[in-house]
Amino acid sequence: MRTAVSLAPSRRSMLQAGLAGGFVLAFHLPVAAAPVPNDSEGVPPEPGPFAPNAFIRIDPAGKTTLVMPQVEMGQGVYTALAMILAEELDADWNAIALEPAPANEKLYANPMLTVQATGNSNSVRAFWMPLRKAAAQSRALLVAAAAAQWNVSPDSCTTGSGKVFHKASGRTLTYGELASRAKGTPPANPPLKQPKDFRFIGRPMKRLDTPAKTDGKTIYGIDVILPGMKFATLAASPAFGGKVTHVDDSAAKKIPGVQQVVVLDDLVAVIGDHMWAAKSGLDALDIEWDPGPNGHVDSALIRADIAKASEQGGLVARKRGDADRALAEGDKFEAHYEMPFLAHATMEPINCTLHLTKDSCEIWIGTQIMARVQATAASVAGLPLEKVIVHNHMLGGGFGRRLEPDMVVKAVRVARHVDGPVKFVWTREEDIQHDLYRPLYYDRLTATVKDGKIDGWRHRITGSSVVARWLPPAFTGNHNIDFDEVDSAIDVPYAIPNLVVEAVRCEPPGVPTGFWRGVGPNNNVFAIESFIDELAHRAGKNPVEFRRSMLTNTPRLLAALDLAVEKSGWGSPLPPRHGRGVSVQISFASFISTVAHVEVDESGNVKLHRLTTAVDTGLAVNPDTIVAQLQGGMIFGATAALFGEITIKHGRVEQSNFNNYRMLRIDEAPSIDVHLIKSAEPPGGIGETGVTTVVPAIRNAIYAATGIPLRRMPVDRDVLAGRKQA
Amino acid sequence: MPIELRINGETKTVDVPADMPLLWVLRDVLGLTGTKFGCGIALCGACTVHVDGKPVRSCLLAASAVGNRAITTIEGIGATPAGARVQKAWLDVEVIQCGYCQSGQIMSAAALLATTPNPDDSDIDAAMSGNICRCGTYVRIREAIKRAAKAREMVGERS
Repeated sequence: MRTAVSLAPSRRSMLQAGLAGGFVLAFHLPVAAAPVPNDSEGVPPEPGPFAPNAFIRIDPAGKTTLVMPQVEMGQGVYTALAMILAEELDADWNAIALEPAPANEKLYANPMLTVQATGNSNSVRAFWMPLRKAAAQSRALLVAAAAAQWNVSPDSCTTGSGKVFHKASGRTLTYGELASRAKGTPPANPPLKQPKDFRFIGRPMKRLDTPAKTDGKTIYGIDVILPGMKFATLAASPAFGGKVTHVDDSAAKKIPGVQQVVVLDDLVAVIGDHMWAAKSGLDALDIEWDPGPNGHVDSALIRADIAKASEQGGLVARKRGDADRALAEGDKFEAHYEMPFLAHATMEPINCTLHLTKDSCEIWIGTQIMARVQATAASVAGLPLEKVIVHNHMLGGGFGRRLEPDMVVKAVRVARHVDGPVKFVWTREEDIQHDLYRPLYYDRLTATVKDGKIDGWRHRITGSSVVARWLPPAFTGNHNIDFDEVDSAIDVPYAIPNLVVEAVRCEPPGVPTGFWRGVGPNNNVFAIESFIDELAHRAGKNPVEFRRSMLTNTPRLLAALDLAVEKSGWGSPLPPRHGRGVSVQISFASFISTVAHVEVDESGNVKLHRLTTAVDTGLAVNPDTIVAQLQGGMIFGATAALFGEITIKHGRVEQSNFNNYRMLRIDEAPSIDVHLIKSAEPPGGIGETGVTTVVPAIRNAIYAATGIPLRRMPVDRDVLAGRKQA
Repeated sequence: MPIELRINGETKTVDVPADMPLLWVLRDVLGLTGTKFGCGIALCGACTVHVDGKPVRSCLLAASAVGNRAITTIEGIGATPAGARVQKAWLDVEVIQCGYCQSGQIMSAAALLATTPNPDDSDIDAAMSGNICRCGTYVRIREAIKRAAKAREMVGERS
């Protein structure tokens, strides 16, 4: 197989994209533009490649370069998007090479996010139709070129594996042979394939990015090496918003390999011959910090603030029936649920390599936000946008952490004081203590049950709004309601006649918040599904039957629940202190249900025995990747449920490395069964659904095993062991 | 101080501080970036290499303490029978997601199979629990190790 994944775009492709940026495209039609120029450095090559749009380039040898508008961070999107393009192009899979899209908001904005970003489990959802259409248009031009050459009707031609055929005359031309002839305006709405004709979509295709990840060849951002490059590491003020007051660098400067100490008002960096010199130098610095305005902030204060804020009514995000009336009648039950701050802890620590000169800036990084990195660097460096070149790389985990350009800001500020290219690598401690954290949420749920079903429902979500900071127009344009914060709450799947969902914005002092795999649904699905279990318990109902009776409007979710229940052995006898818990959710346009089987020992330790999940995610583009994302997502969620918590003391994060910010390990991992439900619906999102589904399932399994309704994550072993009240 | 290292069958001379961990010598001095930095305190396993065939965390091992022992990194592990089988099984089972931890996972798995040709679940737990995977590929790692073990039986290979 000749398939190659190019690891970083060349400077030349960057320049091409810079020129292509002159075309203004509607973001929902990224293919409707003129071709991307293929050579910005002078004479076009002869014969020229075929480049009908921003995603496809076929050279005369037939090499088919597919430009990836979404970044690969493990979720398998390079392979899925390549399959979609190859399908409608009828490409030769073995002739495909992949190339990351350069920074270009106009050509490569995610249609659902409106910016060039990869997130919210929507890569396939957002690009499914645009890429199919782009590829089908390209195919139409290739067919037209062949038909013209043969003087036959295009309708009499067929395609397959990178070739056009005219069966009647037995003639064939390869896409490579047609590359320099195919031109003109493609049909606006070329016919798309019927699913029965798919050759790639729906089959478990081998991933294109993984072979180079088995032998150390893949270059992540942190692996970049440039001639003459220096190495740096840094320390920002441990307390959020604090400042440097004094630095004694005399010991650090004696360390072999330390070249330079850069002191800014809120951070200190050490530049050296290698990371070891930089890190040893940083450790040897004697830095005095002024903790600043947040020095008094701690977790107890933040939790008290948010609990208080949630007592007031919030902005109404969804209303149905008459919730006030329904909640005033009958047996009302109220409970509140809480999620902690979480760090991302991508396995690849935060890093950024850059070469800043007085009139240019070149950046090597792995990011989920190419264009924003470029714009941020330009703004901080005071350079025009076109003077900033960004090379993206494979990401050693994203999880939302790399939706932020904070590392670029710091690197540019320090690099101003350093000659030549420099690689900044965060220590793990710095990475964990200077993240943008999954918000701490406080959910207050109130319900009444009538005739065995929920009649009145109030869900008030209180927490930081990430969207308000990250994409302000999406916040202000939605009546100051963060669409993500209320996702999976406003569309709670149960048939509840009287419902109100409210959002209360409450920003924690000093603590920066960001998107974290699973985003808003993490919190909402946990709160709702925990509450549902408690309501079922109060009503004396089986948690599965209680849910089933209210899922009458969502047959796809009901089918997922039934399948998960069946496959999990729900209802079969378990030993003492074992329990099964269930959850259901509609998130990211996927319908999913999970059953967790856990055991809780007398000391409060939770052992995960088995997770069984069933999902209808619409048409499965690459089914094995979907299974992998669910397996991995559930481990990610289980880690958060069992261990994940960032706490604040004296305005700073208390956790620092994997000793006190624990990750689930292989000996703690349960067996996981994933069942995909066949569906012809459009593809749903899958990268985050495993995370969101598993936390309430585990929580409810603990409830079943112990009778203790945990209201706060992560699991508190002291509560489970009876050493502490919930 | 100048030291000689035997890495993947080649001898390299580097001039580095005596306390400099092998990890940074490999990555920043020799450009062998397949070995990854994850935590710096031997808690995550991303930096795992072999020294005389045994898995070690290179982030805490001073390069000057290695001496004449043979260092094998992810770039060289494919030349060993167990390493090649592990790499193949990793692709057959499609273990990898982001891949950042997988150099260390593969090194730990190759060391396990070299000494324990037919590991059971508890052998796998013991050998692999020092390697964190944030993408959560554990269930496939377990499957791939068993598959790699089986591949050896099928070809009757001696490792």
